[in-house]
Amino acid sequence: MPGSGPSPLPTLAWAAAATVYGIIFLGAENEREVGALLALAAVAIALGARFGIVDKIRASIGANERAFDLAALAGLLVAALWFHEEHFVILMMTTALLLMVAALGLTIQFAYAGVVNFAGAAFLGVGCYTAGVITKYTALPSVLTLPLGGFMASLIGSILILPVLRTRGHYAALVTIAFGILFKVFLEVNDTLGGPQGIQVKPIVLLGWNFNNPIRIGDFTASFYFSYLLLALLLLVMSFALVRRLERSWIGLSMDAIRLDEIASACYGLDLARWKVLAFTLGNFLAGIAGAAYGHVLGFIAPNNFTFGDSLILVSIILLGGIGNLWGVVVAAAFVVMLPEKLQVIQEYRFMLYAVLVILILLFRPQGLLPRQLRDYLGGERKAL
Amino acid sequence: MDIALQYLINGLMLGVMYALVAVGFTLFFGVLDVIKFSHGDVLTVGVFTALATYLAMKAAQLGSPLLELVAISVVAMAAMAALGAVIARALVLPLRSAPALNTLLITLMLGTVLREGVRLIFPDGSNPKPFPALLPTTAFSWGHFTLRLDSLILLVAGVAMIVAVHLLINKTKLGLAIRAVAQDGETARTMGINFTSVVLITFAIGSAVAAFAGVMNGLYYNEINFSMGLLLGVFGFSAAVVGGLGNIYGAILGGFLFAGLQTIGAVALPFASAYKDVFALAVIIAIMTWRPTGLIAEKSSERV
Repeated sequence: MPGSGPSPLPTLAWAAAATVYGIIFLGAENEREVGALLALAAVAIALGARFGIVDKIRASIGANERAFDLAALAGLLVAALWFHEEHFVILMMTTALLLMVAALGLTIQFAYAGVVNFAGAAFLGVGCYTAGVITKYTALPSVLTLPLGGFMASLIGSILILPVLRTRGHYAALVTIAFGILFKVFLEVNDTLGGPQGIQVKPIVLLGWNFNNPIRIGDFTASFYFSYLLLALLLLVMSFALVRRLERSWIGLSMDAIRLDEIASACYGLDLARWKVLAFTLGNFLAGIAGAAYGHVLGFIAPNNFTFGDSLILVSIILLGGIGNLWGVVVAAAFVVMLPEKLQVIQEYRFMLYAVLVILILLFRPQGLLPRQLRDYLGGERKAL
Repeated sequence: MDIALQYLINGLMLGVMYALVAVGFTLFFGVLDVIKFSHGDVLTVGVFTALATYLAMKAAQLGSPLLELVAISVVAMAAMAALGAVIARALVLPLRSAPALNTLLITLMLGTVLREGVRLIFPDGSNPKPFPALLPTTAFSWGHFTLRLDSLILLVAGVAMIVAVHLLINKTKLGLAIRAVAQDGETARTMGINFTSVVLITFAIGSAVAAFAGVMNGLYYNEINFSMGLLLGVFGFSAAVVGGLGNIYGAILGGFLFAGLQTIGAVALPFASAYKDVFALAVIIAIMTWRPTGLIAEKSSERV
């Protein structure tokens, strides 16, 4: 809609700036540079907020959503191509992208339908182990691990549907916490699944192309993680589109209503069980798919990758980002994955650091860093009303 | 037969510990209608405080095992009472009007902070630590069955602690105030009860009892680690829920019931005993499904 809203220029400028910043950040060699970059970002955001630039960008993004989505995607691709030979950076980006997919799944559960799930890492683990078991014990094509990982996560999650539907609040939280711990203990004592040592996940082979091989096209050579990065990006784009469509649809509206007031929505004829089951199953499905891909990327998985602490990190991602804001999830997941890798000093302290951050957010800014916006069905035409 | 008795003693010991943790959950839920998920990690901090006190006394070459025992228990309980009150003041009370999810998250995250704090601050905290055996280990034998004196003392002490909490809640003026606040905070206030201080004292009592359970655990197993509280907390909460939250008898009953389930899982069921926690946790989930607010259901009605 040309001329109907704020110009797309701030959006594109912002996406370009974020891409450049991301590339410099990913390429930062030592911790002093990383610290300086973080300080720079904080100062820039503070100044931007002070002079109203942030609001302008936000309005522009709101009016030019498609342009922003494409610009962000392009920015990610540019960053990936920039680092195409750096195995570590590509691995880090892939991990972040896959965690975003899982966190989007949790967003459906926590932020829309209000179904708590403190076993996110367990469902991620179901996906990983599905990939491991399929490639180890069966002759199925390895690319099937992705849908099957998602399917298994939904299936195992469906065991919890009845308890989750019947319990509320703290009691529901206990059910999922108990399940998360149960899952890890089960992995540790089950010999078929490799016990505490874990199992190997073989690479994906698609149409004769082994994902673990480096990509070579003419003079261009990319890291052996590059195929996975493209796969993760594809998964993210698909799940992002899905979750956003879901939010804008009547399903999302019904879920929001249920989260805000169960009794009132039941009085208006909403089927609580239906939407909660849908949210829970779909969320676990996304976590399972992300998990299967993650298993292939890691190549070797063990029960210690799926502890209660990891589940809490997933919850931290959606809370830090601003519960229900999809871009918030993306930013927070990138932050949570990259920061400990870039600042090796805090690697050891990361569980604690994120816990403290979430406590501070809950005390002082409960809506998160990027609060969820109201639905804007009319786009730029709102002024005409 | 002697094996069965050994399991019985072990099960009773676990039951006492779970009941002590569960009592804390029930007390907090009673006065504020909140679940403090960091309760288990407060227990961890308590037992590590006890260990630190012991090491300090050893370094200063102070006293006999008895003195050490008394000192570590008192220090751990006093420190955790203070910690519990601080947590209530700083994190739980400010969020009273926020959605329940926020209280839940903040205490979960606080649990992580405490757990990681122990792991990072305590020297070599990632690995299990030996806990001193300060009780006499004389063993009595009847035929094949042997009972060690330390187990007996621990059992008696644990039961005594449960009785003490029971008397405190039901026979003292402070207990009356706690029960009044639990029943109706607003009315209690109009009757001249200082709501905030009663809440803080309740959190202090619950946390001190958790520290006692932690020291018991340490003395019984002679080994502690930074994540012990997470599992004990989940089991203790399950015990409180199984019995029915807000009901101190329910918590005690739930503790023993839960320990019984775990023992059955280890002994009587046709799979490897390594699966006992899987079994116990699965039973919790099943019980929650059957009775979503506990066996002795929480009295509640929806106000719209």
